[in-house]
Amino acid sequence: MAIDIQMPALSPTMEEGTLAKWMVKEGDSVQSGDILAEIETDKATMEVEAIDEGTIGKLLVAEGSEGVKVGVVIAQLLEDGDSADDLVAPTDVTNDDKGDDKPGSTGPDHPENDSAARDGSEAQAPVGKAVANDPDIPTNIKMVSTTVRDALRDAMAEEMRRDETVFVMGEEVAEYQGAYKVTRELLQEFGAKRVIDTPITEHGFAGIGVGAAFGGLRPIVEFMTWNFAMQAIDHVINSAAKTLYMSGGQMRCPIVFRGPNGAASRVGAQHSQDYSSWYAHVPGLKVVAPYDAADAKGLLKAAIRDPNPVVFLEHELIYGESFDVPDMDDFIIPIGKAKIRREGSDVTITAHSRMVQFALEAAEILAQDGIDAEVIDMRTLRPLDTDTVIESVKKTNRIVCAEEGWGQHGVGAEIAARVVAEAFDYLDAPPARVHQKDVPLPYAANLEALSLPGTEDVVKAAKAVCYKD
Amino acid sequence: MANESKKTTSSEARKTDKGELLGYYRDMLLIRRFEERAGQLYGMGQIAGFCHLYIGQEAVVTGCKAAMKDGDQMITGYRDHGHMLALDMDPKGVMAELTGRATGYSKGKGGSMHMFSTEKKFYGGHGIVGAQVPIGAGLAFANQYLDNKAVSLAFFGDGASNQGQVYEAFNMAKLWDLPVIFVIENNQYAMGTSVQRASAETELFKRGISFEIEGRLVDGMDVLAVRDAAAEAIKHARSGKGPMILEMKTYRYRGHSMSDPAKYRSRDEVTKTRADHDPIDAVKTRLLKEGWADEDELKAIDKDIKAVVKESADFAIESPEPDPSELWTDVLIDVEA
Repeated sequence: MAIDIQMPALSPTMEEGTLAKWMVKEGDSVQSGDILAEIETDKATMEVEAIDEGTIGKLLVAEGSEGVKVGVVIAQLLEDGDSADDLVAPTDVTNDDKGDDKPGSTGPDHPENDSAARDGSEAQAPVGKAVANDPDIPTNIKMVSTTVRDALRDAMAEEMRRDETVFVMGEEVAEYQGAYKVTRELLQEFGAKRVIDTPITEHGFAGIGVGAAFGGLRPIVEFMTWNFAMQAIDHVINSAAKTLYMSGGQMRCPIVFRGPNGAASRVGAQHSQDYSSWYAHVPGLKVVAPYDAADAKGLLKAAIRDPNPVVFLEHELIYGESFDVPDMDDFIIPIGKAKIRREGSDVTITAHSRMVQFALEAAEILAQDGIDAEVIDMRTLRPLDTDTVIESVKKTNRIVCAEEGWGQHGVGAEIAARVVAEAFDYLDAPPARVHQKDVPLPYAANLEALSLPGTEDVVKAAKAVCYKD
Repeated sequence: MANESKKTTSSEARKTDKGELLGYYRDMLLIRRFEERAGQLYGMGQIAGFCHLYIGQEAVVTGCKAAMKDGDQMITGYRDHGHMLALDMDPKGVMAELTGRATGYSKGKGGSMHMFSTEKKFYGGHGIVGAQVPIGAGLAFANQYLDNKAVSLAFFGDGASNQGQVYEAFNMAKLWDLPVIFVIENNQYAMGTSVQRASAETELFKRGISFEIEGRLVDGMDVLAVRDAAAEAIKHARSGKGPMILEMKTYRYRGHSMSDPAKYRSRDEVTKTRADHDPIDAVKTRLLKEGWADEDELKAIDKDIKAVVKESADFAIESPEPDPSELWTDVLIDVEA
């Protein structure tokens, strides 16, 4: 029997990739461990090794093919006694089956995973109806579809071109091109002096970053994920956030700490925490958590120019998504302003980072039930744009505060408290919150799905505050 | 072995002259008298919270300062009054910060452990044990990046020398050959725990061996030995060879802070160190022996310094507390929209 060789997943979130190069041809005999092919995603390149030994029967996917789905049979291997003539082309070439259990697949029983965020690298995210204009984006400007990952990269590159004192340091930011490819090609353009690979010592290099900022530079410190920044949180808070105050205004700490925050996919509790409320708690910091590529770019540029320490929370699961980004020279989104992403009159939904996507999806579903939701992307968590939320609640009289992290002492708790304090008389229902279940994030696919909040949770909460469930 | 650490030989005959030695005498005496007065003010309730006195360790910072050039930086932990005075920060501003007044270096918002002067190149004043070590390496990183030829001196104690982040900083400092000197002020007690009870390797100058960082053991009670060791290390760092470690063997006469039970060491030990190894007495003896000063002249210096310290204390007590509006300032720097 011939053995099918399938398109592998390079990461838990990969759904498709490019078959860049075949390293074998039909008729070659291979041993286990031999390199068969090179495959690429926008994040990484990897070699596919033979697991079994035999002779290459057929190469089913041509070199250079893009968008090859994970699990598709890309070649067939003949074992002893097999003949190439016996080969039957597999029927499942397009791999429409979403119900299998291959890594990265989106099973139908995991509805919150069934979103564009999981849908490969070039998916266009859903856009709500009547997206309100952003006063920071001029009209009549050309838009370019850009991934969040490239938008972040472009922001850093532009600011590094503009200001010699800006540099980036972190684990694998230089030669590896970024663990999530966010710093791709920065080393090539700016050199090793300004794009610096560090040892795996978050506590130490966060402190060195703070010292460099005290010494007159503008560091961008990348944490491979914010989970690892717990090793460094003392410097983020005690050294960076408090020194301006403790020095009576003398010291400056213009630094950006950035990296992916929150749940990735199937990586377990220690790699899946949302730190939004942790950092948003601390005076002396600015905390930014963008959703789309335009905000990622405009806010990161603002963060790099900001004279204060900025915690910049990204999301791994939206790095690969594309959004329109204005094609203009100096595109800055001011820190501290929320954005109304969808106007509505019946209920206000607040969200940040990836939850914005679920909120927008929920709004579309709610619309079918006659509920007109207003979706506010908070964008910045400190300072928190309470005014925009209060104005909205005065119109809708109902609010759902959605976030990916735990609810207790969370961002939603804060927003709800402010709404109750400042717009109590306008409320027609108690504020509702949507958040992660109060457990460490489990690994098992079904439990992970149960733990994380998604579109359905937002829909349910919105219906509840509208008394329509 | 290239990185073998060696003990610098202590000597009573190190090269100096009248002007230099009188300067050290004056500088060290200022620190001591200032700290004695700070202790008094604490007892009177004028200074509150944590207050860590530098009495006994004056030679360390004075000798290091002597080896620094303009532009070189200092950063230290919470026992920081001596460093500020050595860098010519105004005693009035330091004392006023201790009393929590608007005229203090941090407008009264920092206190004993949190003062800074970007003008005098003093970068704090840090309350978290060991945190100043990577920050000090970061200052050196900026110096190297900006190619300004400045060297940063990061001071920390024997207690901090067991902190993990210190070794992360050692590694990167040598990996990148940052111009930083790690000055370990080994006053032999981390709060109440002696080095012997806290450290597997008690010879702290050896702590850099696995990072290829050279270390020196220095008599931290001898200002000239400190000066020479610091000069060698600073020259090394400034020439692009990277960091060095200086272990300054010193002694703190007073408690760790003002609320020290003094049960972890004997009164005899303290008295004997004061009598036999006092850094100021050693300078005084040499000044008299060389004929560079007589008792009357030294008494006159002492009187001058007492006047400076009294003036700083009066200033600190008479200054107003910060205006209530200061509660809300300096949290963030305003950004023009």
